[in-house]
Amino acid sequence: MVAASSTDDAALPSSGGTVLSVLKKPSVIPGFGLTMGFTLAYLGLIVLLPLAALAVKAAGLGWAGFWNAVLTPRVLAAFEISFGLSLLAAAINAVFGFVVAWVLVRYRFPGAKIVDALVDLPFALPTAVAGIALSALYAPNGWIGQLLMDWFGLKVAFTPLGIAIALTFIGLPFVVRTVQPILQDLPPEEEEAAASLGATRWQSFRRVVFPSLFPALLTGFALAFARGVGEYGSVIFIAGNMPGVSEIVPLLIVIKLEQYDYAGAAAVATLMLAASFLLLLILNLLQAWMRSRHAR
Amino acid sequence: MLAKTSGQRPALDDRSWVRGLLILSALAFLLLFLVLPLVSVFVEAFRRGVGAYWDALIEPDALSAIHLTLIVAAIAVPLNLVFGVAASWCISKFDFRGKGLLITLIDLPFSVSPVISGIIYVLLFGLHGVVGPFLKSQGIQIIFAVPGLVLATIFVTFPFVARELIPLMQEQGTEEEEAALVLGASGWQTFWRVTLPNIKWGLMYGVLLCNARAMGEFGAVSVVSGHIRGETNTMPLHVEILYNEYNFVAAFSVASVLAMLALVTLVAKTALEWRFGAELAATRH
Amino acid sequence: MPFRHRLSVLAAGALFAVLGMTLGATAAKAQNTLLNVSYDPTREFYVEINKAFAQKWQKDGGGKITIKQSHGGSGKQARSVIDGLDADVVTLALAYDIDAIADAGLLPKDWMARLPDNSAPYTSTIVFLVRKGNPKQIKDWNDLVKPGVAVVTPNPKTSGGARWNYLGAWAYALAQNNNDEGKAKAFVGDLFKNVPVLDSGARGATVTFTQRGIGDVLLAWENEAYLSLQEFGADKFEIVVPSLSILAEPSVAVVDSVVDRKGTRKLAEAYLQFLYSPEGQEIAAKNFYRPRLKELATRYADRFANVKLVTIDQSFGGWRKAQETHFADGGVFDQIYQKGR
Repeated sequence: MVAASSTDDAALPSSGGTVLSVLKKPSVIPGFGLTMGFTLAYLGLIVLLPLAALAVKAAGLGWAGFWNAVLTPRVLAAFEISFGLSLLAAAINAVFGFVVAWVLVRYRFPGAKIVDALVDLPFALPTAVAGIALSALYAPNGWIGQLLMDWFGLKVAFTPLGIAIALTFIGLPFVVRTVQPILQDLPPEEEEAAASLGATRWQSFRRVVFPSLFPALLTGFALAFARGVGEYGSVIFIAGNMPGVSEIVPLLIVIKLEQYDYAGAAAVATLMLAASFLLLLILNLLQAWMRSRHAR
Repeated sequence: MLAKTSGQRPALDDRSWVRGLLILSALAFLLLFLVLPLVSVFVEAFRRGVGAYWDALIEPDALSAIHLTLIVAAIAVPLNLVFGVAASWCISKFDFRGKGLLITLIDLPFSVSPVISGIIYVLLFGLHGVVGPFLKSQGIQIIFAVPGLVLATIFVTFPFVARELIPLMQEQGTEEEEAALVLGASGWQTFWRVTLPNIKWGLMYGVLLCNARAMGEFGAVSVVSGHIRGETNTMPLHVEILYNEYNFVAAFSVASVLAMLALVTLVAKTALEWRFGAELAATRH
Repeated sequence: MPFRHRLSVLAAGALFAVLGMTLGATAAKAQNTLLNVSYDPTREFYVEINKAFAQKWQKDGGGKITIKQSHGGSGKQARSVIDGLDADVVTLALAYDIDAIADAGLLPKDWMARLPDNSAPYTSTIVFLVRKGNPKQIKDWNDLVKPGVAVVTPNPKTSGGARWNYLGAWAYALAQNNNDEGKAKAFVGDLFKNVPVLDSGARGATVTFTQRGIGDVLLAWENEAYLSLQEFGADKFEIVVPSLSILAEPSVAVVDSVVDRKGTRKLAEAYLQFLYSPEGQEIAAKNFYRPRLKELATRYADRFANVKLVTIDQSFGGWRKAQETHFADGGVFDQIYQKGR
């Protein structure tokens, strides 16, 4: 909230010299002070202050105490499960999301518009609803769970596989929605040129199309992964919640809290937060890369 | 399958078996992961007929959950709307130091686990939190009451409007506003007459997504709710409670209302994209 | 810096004005409402109690009252109360969770002595719920450690009922092995190797077993097991009573700091007293909780199997000790789980 200090009179149309210390160049447009002030105050109150409370709580443990709380087998296993299964789900989404995007952009078939609209369902459907619906479907006595059980002897609900299913569901739109617009704008001439030079369809896909889509695919993958790591609502209904087997990090945080272990919960949450920061950073870099590739 | 490619560009055509296979696998994937879960919600909800379905919805606790969900969204969404407009105004119309950092911070709640979004408010406003004891002595209850639910909801839906508006307003630049100002319009006039008409569809789009998430949030509100029946249970929490009470028909009935809300959101979203696609294109990354 | 000052005041003011408006709805209206924060399987029981008590209170001239309920895993509920959930009374699964609230200073540490029978107006025990016909022939605790038997129980770290389950198994193993702690630990370890799902609350575990078809046997509260029979029909499940089990004493207490602030002490105390009254005891018995009153215990005797029950004080030296030894971080339960991996 410090940045607002030098913008005292910036709301007036003819801004004075003090603004220059924040603004890179003066602007005739009013409202910098007002909007910046409100943005920072709101951001500070709603996001930064509460997050700081978390960090302070975790810091109360001290450096050694923090690592003691975090480096237990159970916590490490939860991280392994959360990150591993999110990775798996994001990989499934990368493959099938790519196929869905390809089909939606390149082919015309009846109902394509509806399918296109439906892809965003996981964004709009509350996670708890998704959770109970998926666990009803994939439980041993559910529609799909029964078939998988009879045909393959495969148990899905209440196993790590169930978590992967839930994470695939919630991450589904990301890859489709990042790849789709890029694929749409891909100039057809390149493929035609490749074809006229004698490349097979597969070769031109591999050498021409795929490289241009790769940054977008990776971005979508990372978005789906980031979303999966933090997911809670849809997973707890379908996971078995077994420590070390199907216990995800967010659930472990809740459990620690329920055991009155505030500092421990804060420590795990802080580590998780740091991971989110890192992911966000990687995502921003990826998106910058994607934009530069796309602009070329 | 009546599958066809765009036709005019033979070099872009795939063999028909490739086409068929890809379409089939895409549809099968979506069927398995999207359509069946959605259908199962309604099938389970109507398992004991329309009567039982209706009874579950007009039961007092369900009504109060619906009421509470509407209240929470009615407070959280407008606040985030105002914030989104303010933030995207200062980010898109001005060039200042630390802009990248600001955008990242606005995006942050998007990547924070919902559970953590709830816990931070417990640590802040809980009886053993930073300001909790003071508030309690003043008789103010934040967590385990509506304000806590609102705060947690604001946090998880924080970036939605801003994320839609920032790229849109950046694309539009500042020329129109500058022209209006040169012609003597005041700042507010410029905003209402020039900027707002330009961004209204993007704004609606953001509000739509923000609202869907606000009404459906589970993890964050679950931590701060206290689960007092008829008082601090939102619809998603009520679904969980009914589910835990063996009352599956009722649980899926309430869930089906949320699912219908999701469908309405999708239809409205598609309609917006369809009519104002060009304008919204900038907001799609 | 007048402008900056104005701005932050404006922004913060707007924010808190809205929050304040919502506060109006939740604050006030204190004195004739009671919040009972309870654990998972008591939902149906307290719905009945609340109705009966509200009627009685009104008849006795106390006026119209509203009783609100909140349910969840026992530990989680206690945590919410510690964090400021305004519970006038807590009715939790075990004494330790109320001890934790006392440790946080919300009620005196000698709370247990304030009401008769260790502040537990009704008791229960742990029984087995198996699928109809008992296909795996489960008769007693030692059948649970056999290979191929899948046992469903909630997580002892979060669920009160699950701690009773765990301690019941432990007590059985001690009785079988001349109080050999090492053998008891191995026995309970084997048992938890057979657990495919660890829900966080008793209700979640029941749903997993009854609705999702997971597991061969559910370790459950006696009342929860009977309720399942009632809900899903006796044609699907049956109850098996082990040779020895644990006397579960779910405790109740008034939360002093809350009732004194809200001015609800009289109401809250009357509410808990009502649980000990013949009327309250009868509702408990009907909901398959074992009543304390002799007269009702005999009248409903056929509902409750005659089983040898050990108590937490005799076998484990009280809840604090049991909690520390078994369920604290790094305790026996954690050791069992880490070894299992």
